[in-house]
Amino acid sequence: MEMGDTPMVDKGAFVMLGSDDYFLRQLAQKQDFERIKDYVAWTMHAAQAIAVKVVNPGGISAFKFNQRKLDLDEEHAYYHVTPRQIILTLARALKELGVTHPLHIHGCNLGIPGNVETTLETIRAAEGLPIHLTHIQFHSYGTEGDRKFSSGAARIAELLNKSPNISIDVGQVLFGQTCTASGDSMRQYAISRSAHPKKSVIMDIECDSGCGVVPMRYRDKSFVNALQWVIGLETFLLFEDPWRIFLTTDHPNGAPFYFYPHLIRLLMDRSFRNDMLEKIQPDAAAQSILKSLTREYTLDEIAIMTRAGPARSLGLKDRGHLGVGAAADITVYEDNADREAMFATPELVFKNGELIVRKGKIVKVVQGATHVARPDFDRSIEKPLDDYFTRYHTVRMENFKLGDDEILDNGRGQIVVQPTRARAS
Amino acid sequence: MPTSNARNATGERAPSELFENVTCPFCGMLCDDLEVERSGDTLKVRKNGCGRAVAGFERKLPPSSPQVKGKDVALPEAIQAAATLIKQAQLPLFGGLATDVEGMRAAMALAERSGGIVDHALSEGQYRNFKILQTTGWMTSTLTETRNRADLIIVVGSDIPKLHPRFFERIVCPPESMFDVTPPKRTLVFIGKGLDGSPASGPRVGDIINLPCPIEQAGEVLGVLRARLHGFAVTPLEVDGITLAEIDALAERCRQAKYGVVVWAPPSLDFPYAELTVDQITGLVKDLNQTTRFAGLPLGGNEGAVTAGAVSTWQSGYPLRISYASGAPDYDPYRYSISRMLAEGEGDLLVWIASFAPDLTPPATDIPTIVLGTPGMKLPQPPVVFIPIGTPGVDHAGRLVRVDNVVSLPLKDLGRAPLPRAAEILAAIEAAL
Repeated sequence: MEMGDTPMVDKGAFVMLGSDDYFLRQLAQKQDFERIKDYVAWTMHAAQAIAVKVVNPGGISAFKFNQRKLDLDEEHAYYHVTPRQIILTLARALKELGVTHPLHIHGCNLGIPGNVETTLETIRAAEGLPIHLTHIQFHSYGTEGDRKFSSGAARIAELLNKSPNISIDVGQVLFGQTCTASGDSMRQYAISRSAHPKKSVIMDIECDSGCGVVPMRYRDKSFVNALQWVIGLETFLLFEDPWRIFLTTDHPNGAPFYFYPHLIRLLMDRSFRNDMLEKIQPDAAAQSILKSLTREYTLDEIAIMTRAGPARSLGLKDRGHLGVGAAADITVYEDNADREAMFATPELVFKNGELIVRKGKIVKVVQGATHVARPDFDRSIEKPLDDYFTRYHTVRMENFKLGDDEILDNGRGQIVVQPTRARAS
Repeated sequence: MPTSNARNATGERAPSELFENVTCPFCGMLCDDLEVERSGDTLKVRKNGCGRAVAGFERKLPPSSPQVKGKDVALPEAIQAAATLIKQAQLPLFGGLATDVEGMRAAMALAERSGGIVDHALSEGQYRNFKILQTTGWMTSTLTETRNRADLIIVVGSDIPKLHPRFFERIVCPPESMFDVTPPKRTLVFIGKGLDGSPASGPRVGDIINLPCPIEQAGEVLGVLRARLHGFAVTPLEVDGITLAEIDALAERCRQAKYGVVVWAPPSLDFPYAELTVDQITGLVKDLNQTTRFAGLPLGGNEGAVTAGAVSTWQSGYPLRISYASGAPDYDPYRYSISRMLAEGEGDLLVWIASFAPDLTPPATDIPTIVLGTPGMKLPQPPVVFIPIGTPGVDHAGRLVRVDNVVSLPLKDLGRAPLPRAAEILAAIEAAL
């Protein structure tokens, strides 16, 4: 409903699995893999999702059992399954269900110095399965140096450049006040000590998930924040294939999305980047290889990384290109050497071929569609699920499911079903 | 909008029908396991109804017509009269707001268009929570999480059965839990005098501990509990009816709990500075999470209050008490409290929406009033315009947000009466401006 009230843009939901009791139960009981796939697909239908995300795999649930961390091969205290098992099961399920976007992974140990090892191990753990690692900057921290906090970007980029099955987005940190919001209640609780201002909201949700909202101010004079900034940029510049890296600040967690024009300038303009590097906390700057990185992103690469790549990865057939049959979601910019100014104020924006923005001002309000993926599943899974909801939950299965008419909303909304490949076993 | 299964394509109803998985809109818990049968215009709750649900679903609607200045008129005339009043008003107040998501969206749109104030009838209670949420944050749980996980439940100063008759049945005493490590018997603690714990019985309930202090002192009791948990000496204890030994015993139970839940209903904490009691609750939860798991569970939120707060927040950034007088939402939880504004003679038109209970009437006021209400309301003063509207989940489909803020539930059209939705009327008024 909140998404329904967000105008101008198209919407797509990533349904969160991996800390929900039903899935963890299936895994712990070693249920038939086809049954697990049915549950994953059923959940995508019920939530009207286009993709599946896993957040701190098993960790959100573990936090409710008072575990304060859960490493890749550490057992959940109750279900005795590991994050590695959860990731592999979900990644394989989505591949076999024919869902275009691979498992979207917010890995273990977010924000913890030394988590670069966890991330490298997660990349190897995929065993060639397609996966997407989100906001990888927050998972690229080493423990070198006097302050036991260093960049792991180079090691991760090196391995990723050789791993064509894996795509990433960066989660760039940019300086200023923001408010982080995440399903990772375990890690959000842990970082609430660094909240600015000092307050946070943490929630355990329905034996399915969790949430944590923590305000944060990234300061260029803070060693840690400056190094986070550096690590994100190093990742962008060292990762070679623009089709497998997406430009994000993990809005709003690294910075709000309206900082994107600034980020694009940092990537396209080396002298600007080096000027900014002069201003950050000097120890972080000194520790970084950033100054030696001469790469400047081209406009083509920016277009791929912000449009064509994400559209292809999400399976949006009619977006991200200007070919026949495309939806004509087009932004037109006036060329300007100051790329930040250029990207901040588009000349024209078309949505489905219709002009909606002129010179940075909205000229027409449109609602935007909701994109969904609907992989096949065996409907008989609703029998055990119905019983499960009735026994344990406070919402009936029939009421849990989000109906089409709730999105269509008497003509206000629109559903676009994006194709999935045939189910395989 | 969920489809109605009460009417066919041409809007006709079957003579009688049985509905399953019905969501009850008459309190913030939104129980969705009811069975309700309709025969003609009469509803009968067949399964899982509490007193509130039965009173709500089975209430006989008196005949009702749109009225202008006390005279029956056709609906378009009432809409036109309402639009004229709103157009003439310098500062219209949009209050009550007891409606569903769609109704609240329409109220927000109309308030924005007319430069009005937005506030819910029960926001005084909500603000006991919002003040703490905004200043310190909190850690909370939800209904399913508590039902399956809690081994210690502490009720603070709140008469829960009165607000939520099925809370103990569904959340505290369910026949089984998801996890076999959740103890079969739960410890229940009631802090406050005269709290009704009678529905807390059966095989799931273990020890019941009563700390019968005056409700106003529940916050102090929690303060002492927190001090003892930190190992501070507290002498002498000046709380009626409670000894330090009892507090120390509770502290030990808190330490031993695996997942403790502290429950309160802000409407029950109806005394000055009650937010400080909420602050002690959330502080206790925060303290205990350093070693074990604890969470708060705020209740209340009847009359669509949670929905109104949620829609207002996701649209404007603020939880009610906003003014669109300048065009953009301006937030001031003191200045834009409609009950305060009416008491101090601010605003020149009250638009009141009450689609659930007939007793949610507008406060007494001298300014002209437009009421969009469920038939049968006993109004303290004759409104200039009255438009009867349907109850979401009874007369039409809709959606509401549950008391724990993160769950929304679809409401069915049970086909009771052919009354319009608040959203339709508000949109028609906006179109007529």
